[in-house]
Amino acid sequence: MPDSTAVDSLARRAAGATPEALSRRLRGISDRTITWVFIAPTVLLLLAINIFPLIWTIQLSFTNFKTNRSSRGTDWVGLENYRSVLTDPDIWHSMQVTAHFVFWSILLEVLLGFALALLINKRFRGHSLWTTVILLPMMLSPAVVGTFWSFLFQPQIGLYNHLIAFVTGIDASSFEMIGDVRLAPWAIVLVDVWMWTPYVMLICLAGLRSIPESIYEAAEVDRASVWRQFWTVTVPMVLPFLMLAVLFRAMENFKMFDMVNLLTSGGPGSTTEVVSITLKREAFEKWRTGYSSALAVILFVTVFGAANIYVKALNAVKNR
Amino acid sequence: MSASTAAHSVVEPTPWTKRLAGLAVVFYALLSMVPLVWIFLTGFKTPPDSISYPPKVLFEPSAEGYVNLFTTRSRQTPEYIASLPKAQSWYEELVRSRNMVIAGPSKFGQRYLNSLIIGFGSTFLAVFLGVLAAYAFSRFRVPLRDDLLFFILSTRMMPPIAVAIPIYLMYRQLGLSDTLLGMILLYTAVNVSLAVWLLKGFIDEIPREYEEAAMVDGYTRFQAFWKVVLPQASTGIAATAIFCLIFAWNEYAFAVLLTSGEAQTAPPFIPIIIGEGGQDWPAVAAGTTLFLIPIVVFTILLRRHLLRGITFGALRR
Repeated sequence: MPDSTAVDSLARRAAGATPEALSRRLRGISDRTITWVFIAPTVLLLLAINIFPLIWTIQLSFTNFKTNRSSRGTDWVGLENYRSVLTDPDIWHSMQVTAHFVFWSILLEVLLGFALALLINKRFRGHSLWTTVILLPMMLSPAVVGTFWSFLFQPQIGLYNHLIAFVTGIDASSFEMIGDVRLAPWAIVLVDVWMWTPYVMLICLAGLRSIPESIYEAAEVDRASVWRQFWTVTVPMVLPFLMLAVLFRAMENFKMFDMVNLLTSGGPGSTTEVVSITLKREAFEKWRTGYSSALAVILFVTVFGAANIYVKALNAVKNR
Repeated sequence: MSASTAAHSVVEPTPWTKRLAGLAVVFYALLSMVPLVWIFLTGFKTPPDSISYPPKVLFEPSAEGYVNLFTTRSRQTPEYIASLPKAQSWYEELVRSRNMVIAGPSKFGQRYLNSLIIGFGSTFLAVFLGVLAAYAFSRFRVPLRDDLLFFILSTRMMPPIAVAIPIYLMYRQLGLSDTLLGMILLYTAVNVSLAVWLLKGFIDEIPREYEEAAMVDGYTRFQAFWKVVLPQASTGIAATAIFCLIFAWNEYAFAVLLTSGEAQTAPPFIPIIIGEGGQDWPAVAAGTTLFLIPIVVFTILLRRHLLRGITFGALRR
């Protein structure tokens, strides 16, 4: 760029004309000071509100501290909390519920989201308006979404049962989405898919738009069928983007709390009790602080590992 | 892309493909809007209409949901109501026609206001801190830069319930539990990571030459940042602010665990709006509608930057 070299030489001339000590104060040292003055508040805030509590959680996880009985002495119990968390069948049950929820919601979101992105990428008239409409659910408050879906799912008065009855002919009052142990795990999947398919769709769309047209033109010259083009060009090119979306959704859904808490609050029984709801019960209803801290640390480590992979994937996609 | 250039491209779909694709997408869009439209409509139903079997698609609109949302009422005998002086407003009349009198305003207004104060307060702080840190990360050589950036991002990845245990204990010690200040600080800490990552992306796109030219003209580094970079980054700052605002506005987990009265925001409040004999669905729907309208507006404003926001700035358009 000719502009920048002109500026550079100008800057160098100006720097040369300035006395050595002054130029250092203005350029070298002041930049370094500014760096720390600018970054320190953010880091301090995060240390106070994220890292300090994290360290406290780790410390609590080795004790039998109970928040509602803090006057009673606290004893170190070593790894006892970790042992009881990992051998607790209820925890393993909620892990299974979480796994079911994460697996199926993401699978359906990927299939639907990718399909929608392919369709939107056909650039029909009005596609950007409809894209904005489709994106709306993911911006809403998960808590409010959980609340109004619990209304839609009401067996007698809810709209959902009547729509299903209208389409399939099944009696509207013959099934209960959030009251039935077989259907409730699918109810939370359904709402998550409604809410987050747009997320996967948007990221896939970015992937599709990143494919240069020339690749398709070359495939056309080679007389590759549409089907073949899809599998050898489209899918591999979109895959890194899709992975990013999957990883992010997996992390978010692994720690899912708000939507499920308001839709089913873990019920009926504990059929939809995802691990965050178990954690809330242990920590804020049974007040088993030590025990729940151990569970929290186990979740941290899992999410932190996933976050590590996530950042690597982010950079890989970015550097393409 | 204009029609004439598109005709040469083998990649351009045929008109029929376009039409079918459009049809399928519009169908999905309309289907996914059904729940929202239904909630909007429910806000204008009377309580009996809202729980009728089968659900009523056509109904006589009523403001009862909104009146119930903003008031608390008590049931009275018809004789008592007849003995009262004439109702002074349409909503009093509406309430009396249900054999009730208005006892006072509900907490909804206060909760909504809390959401606004906490949302704007934390957004301002997060964007302020974020823009400073993002500028430093973008322009200067920061030791351990990538590690620091990862650290900042990873704080956002923590499960809120897990962090809530020690924050609950810490806030109780500091007297910050159930205070607006406590919630503002907490949401600032959660949002600052998003702000740093997004703003760094926006500032990276501003050529360094502008500031360097300004500094040659005698600006100090800080003046160059303030008078050259900030105005250039204003779109990015606005988009980032809206993302932070939406997060704070929508947040539920911390709000429900750390606030109960004074500082409670709207998301934990809306689900527990109860009328006589169970949930007052028109009032819940009215509250939901009022709560979601700002989000709809912001989503439309943000549509060009959504991709960036949801991927922490990794993907642009």
